[in-house]
Amino acid sequence: MSFDEIVRIAPYSLNKREKEELLTKRLLELTEHHRRQCPAYARMLESIGFDEKHVKRYTDLPFLPVRLFKELDLRSVAEEAVVKTMTSSGTSGQAVSRIYLDRTTASNQQKTMVKIVSEFTGSGRMPMILIDCPGVVKNRAMFSARGAGMLGFSIFASKKMYALDDTMRLDVEGLKEFLANYRGQRILLFGFTFMIWQHFYQELMRLKEEGITFDLSDGIMIHGGGWKKLISEAVSREVFHQRLKEVCGLTKIHDYYGMVEQTGCIYMECAYGHLHASIFSDVVTRRPIDFSECTIGESGIIQVVSAIPESYPGHSLLTEDEGVILGEDDCPCGRKGKYFKIHGRLKDAEIRGCSDTYAEKYQS
Amino acid sequence: MSNLEKYNQAFMNAFEIGADQLHGLKYQDIEAWDSVGHMQLVAELEDAFDIMMDTDDMIDLSSYENGKEILSKDEYGVQF
Repeated sequence: MSFDEIVRIAPYSLNKREKEELLTKRLLELTEHHRRQCPAYARMLESIGFDEKHVKRYTDLPFLPVRLFKELDLRSVAEEAVVKTMTSSGTSGQAVSRIYLDRTTASNQQKTMVKIVSEFTGSGRMPMILIDCPGVVKNRAMFSARGAGMLGFSIFASKKMYALDDTMRLDVEGLKEFLANYRGQRILLFGFTFMIWQHFYQELMRLKEEGITFDLSDGIMIHGGGWKKLISEAVSREVFHQRLKEVCGLTKIHDYYGMVEQTGCIYMECAYGHLHASIFSDVVTRRPIDFSECTIGESGIIQVVSAIPESYPGHSLLTEDEGVILGEDDCPCGRKGKYFKIHGRLKDAEIRGCSDTYAEKYQS
Repeated sequence: MSNLEKYNQAFMNAFEIGADQLHGLKYQDIEAWDSVGHMQLVAELEDAFDIMMDTDDMIDLSSYENGKEILSKDEYGVQF
């Protein structure tokens, strides 16, 4: 079953049974593909005595710890076929993951991301404000997760502007001009959670005191990358939403969960504050004691599976995040599939969210 | 300038290449046509023909040749 067939299916249209059938088939094929193409992966399967006859559903498949991509170069394509290498965000001293993409996998990531996000924004492109600095996409061959996020979302931009300069200052004049040019149109805003708070919200607050205000009531904001630093400053999701509404009238705000190891398959937050798994991927929560599957409502370690990765064996991964599945197929927003909440990094795990590693520099 | 000339110029501007490199050119064939370059190409094409491409078409655009087919579709109406 090729990914081209899968990507034609509407992202939140399959119920539990239909999705399980689809993902089990595709992920088994991917397991076999990586076994054949990636010797290191084949050895791992061999060492655990993996036998696909025992796989009844995709939750029975083995998972690799995400950390492994920092320690090993894992590829399922020839070196010449690699067109892009993605790295996780890491400050100096932290190891970074290296994810190798060929043409097919890179293009499927982009297609998937567009399908998922369009369910929330509509498929039309709109003027877009990137709440980051232009420097973040400078090195084109080596993308950090931050740069990849910026670039991936840029496909929704009819026109775009970077709201910050390379010293992370808000470009107030640029912003005024941009909003004046596109008055009356819906504006898309994208950025990482901590950067939005630190360099956008805080600055808008300051400007408001000077009598300079911006009206973004018709805007839609998508943000991601971790809450750790904000939680430590007692900024919850509710506070984040409330404050942005107060300062610029923004009400449509969607968080997302995702990682560079499974780019494309992002988990978007609906109006009820739930993160949603699309049919292209899934989350499974596992008990730390024996990695058995948690029930709905029981917190555990997050495993993610994705139907995309062909150029590296990252279709089933154990993350270092903790979360809880809240339900399946029955979110009041109407989307099918699992919906869940992320609690944050596991204790003792390395800090590595995009927003979080950046926020580390702001320890006071 | 004819539409073909405008089309060629968009590629040459976006990737800083000569006309001799256009024929058979595919996404990721040259360093300049990576994902960043792709956005530049789309911007050049949109300016040249005063159109706005669908996200699906932006993704499908993957070679010098198939770009012409995409722009010839009814919604863009560019005749070559």
